[in-house]
Amino acid sequence: MKIVVCIKQVPATSDAKIDPETKRIVREGIKAVTNPFDAYALEEAVRIKERLGAEVIALTMGPPRADMVLREAIAVGADRGILLSDRAFGGSDTWATSYALSKAVERIGGVDLVLCGKQAIDGDTAQVGPGIAAQLGWAQATYVMAMPQVDEGSFTAKRMHEDGWDLCRIAFPAVVTVVKDLNQPRIPTLKGRLAAQKVEIPTWTAADVGADLSKIGLDGSPTRVVKTEPPPARNKETLRIEGSAADCAAALVRELRQKSLV
Amino acid sequence: MLANTPALRAEYRNVWVVAEVSGGKVQKVTWELLGAARRLADARSCELWCVALGDGVSKETAAIHGYGADVALIVDDSRLARFDDEAEAAALVRLIGKYRPEILVCAATTRGRALIPRVAVTSNSGLTADCTGLAIDPESGDLLQTRPAFGGNIMATIRSANHRPQMATVRPRVMNALDFDPARKGQSISEGLLEGESGAFKTVLEVFHDEENPVNLSDARFIVAGGRGVKGAEGFKLLRKLADAVGGAVGASRAAVDSGWVPYNHQVGQTGQTVQATVYVACGISGQIQHLVGMQSCDYIVAIDKNPDTPMMRLADAAVVGDLYEIIPAMLAELART
Ligand SMILES: Cc1cc2nc3c(=O)[nH]c(=O)nc-3n(C[C@H](O)[C@H](O)[C@H](O)COP(=O)(O)OP(=O)(O)OC[C@H]3O[C@@H](n4cnc5c(N)ncnc54)[C@H](O)[C@@H]3O)c2cc1C
Ligand SMILES: Cc1cc2nc3c(=O)[nH]c(=O)nc-3n(C[C@H](O)[C@H](O)[C@H](O)COP(=O)(O)OP(=O)(O)OC[C@H]3O[C@@H](n4cnc5c(N)ncnc54)[C@H](O)[C@@H]3O)c2cc1C
Repeated sequence: MKIVVCIKQVPATSDAKIDPETKRIVREGIKAVTNPFDAYALEEAVRIKERLGAEVIALTMGPPRADMVLREAIAVGADRGILLSDRAFGGSDTWATSYALSKAVERIGGVDLVLCGKQAIDGDTAQVGPGIAAQLGWAQATYVMAMPQVDEGSFTAKRMHEDGWDLCRIAFPAVVTVVKDLNQPRIPTLKGRLAAQKVEIPTWTAADVGADLSKIGLDGSPTRVVKTEPPPARNKETLRIEGSAADCAAALVRELRQKSLV
Repeated sequence: MLANTPALRAEYRNVWVVAEVSGGKVQKVTWELLGAARRLADARSCELWCVALGDGVSKETAAIHGYGADVALIVDDSRLARFDDEAEAAALVRLIGKYRPEILVCAATTRGRALIPRVAVTSNSGLTADCTGLAIDPESGDLLQTRPAFGGNIMATIRSANHRPQMATVRPRVMNALDFDPARKGQSISEGLLEGESGAFKTVLEVFHDEENPVNLSDARFIVAGGRGVKGAEGFKLLRKLADAVGGAVGASRAAVDSGWVPYNHQVGQTGQTVQATVYVACGISGQIQHLVGMQSCDYIVAIDKNPDTPMMRLADAAVVGDLYEIIPAMLAELART
């Protein structure tokens, strides 16, 4: 079996601070890390490999330094990494990103399963996973919280919904996007980390994967961000309520009632 | 489709809302979407259509009209009883090709966010995720779509000038439904599912609706959320009581979920869900960044914590200093006292 795990490099929120004026989060100049959901996708791929035998390939599209997230993936058990990097990919929206990643999956060849995170914590769209499935014309399962059965030809996926879950059976090839409930990712060993530093990571360009230049980058993207602005600032005043429990509760309920919130 | 000339753009007319259907019933968020889409259709002087795919959805036609749609486009088929996203996507792509809507919106739910990206890629359209604002640009007539990104830290306005239909998923609870008007009548069109569209990719084996312990954080007006300070599964029963008293849902921090006190589908934050409730009561949640990005867009935030100086206490509109095991029972008593 051949499994591709799509990994996005995102800004690390752990370094972010709250602006005391606007009460919003500031995240200037912070380092890049693996998108948190993608760690669960990778862990699942490595577990399938350990159970059934598989080749696990970590794939990222990004700037040259994005090779770092691939090395981390190799440190926890991916067999190799591929960096999709080309100026021509710059400014890609989810349509163009899913197209570019699907071209890389085709170039890898013989892939049974593509695993993605549910969502990237920066772009926040959750559109790339199902987008890749659509580009390839493959089956999809999103918000997957468990993959109870995986065999050579097919698998079952438990999908999370607002009001519960469902369980479906899907034949390979397929794209699966995962949530945190799926597993508990392992921590790479120091030895694994060191070994991963030495691995050769090939860079593929748009031409390498045979991407149609009219379908990638800013020009190949149907959507355009035309404006960005900070969200409205939160109320700066905090109403502080202290005293006995009964007094606190009375004051809080009074406040909520006054604002017609209860 | 690529529609980069006025002539090509003019081939696309009308605003579509794709209904959120669960168990054959159209969900409340659809009425919110119809309310917002009605304004768009009026601004574009065109019709508002509601597309409902599911098993038994033809029973919903009157409601669809009553909430503002001019046309109900119904695909009622028992093969759609369970969520087969590839089948729904195939049918939608076909109907889009046939009727050519200019705008298509759908709820940003787990179903909508599975279905519409597939539809958008296949029909070569732009798609904006999780919108909280929709407006028509008076100059170009294009749809301006506003959405939070970076965990609610930035509001981006997005436009698809050269592709039709323009597609967006919309966050539940941010748009207002019109009042239901039983006298409102409209047209209805019935379409079928083609051979090969359903069951081609997946078989749904089992469906579980959590009736006893409803979660639905995205739809909740009031959320009572607990963190490590709740100290155990027992404590969440107290939170549930408060939630029930105010008609709300129960949320949780990752610390509470990872301790096994509540299931993952209650988790709010970066690796859980993003919520947009009117009131969010954080009980024993310190307010680490990864939690805040999931709830900072709530209108009114209450923090209850023993420690007066946590990030959550500083962020909150009302910060109650005290032991949640004393405060919450006192609140229940106060609420019961009318
Ligand atoms: C403020 C802002 C708003 C935006 N809004 C939209 C919008 O509404 N619609 C739109 O089409 N585009 C939008 N974009 C562009 C979009 O963020 C990029 O296309 C981005 O490359 C992919 O989207 P995402 O981060 O939302 O990924 P998601 O779809 O949330 O990512 C899901 C999964 O896909 C995989 N994945 C995603 N990107 C990569 C990658 N580069 N390499 C490897 N795997 C990857 C990962 O497994 C990830 O967990 C926006 C960009 C900005 C800056
Ligand atoms: C990649 C990544 C992703 C993450 N994603 C998420 C996420 O999605 N959601 C999330 O929540 N976290 C997430 N986290 C974890 C986050 O960083 C925090 O660890 C977590 O939110 C802390 O939970 P907490 O506030 O409940 O616990 P704590 O920080 O321990 O806070 C407990 C609070 O309870 C108070 N308390 C204790 N006893 C009482 C009492 N009797 N009465 C009143 N108050 C009391 C304490 O004073 C304290 O303020 C993520 C972390 C990482 C690294």
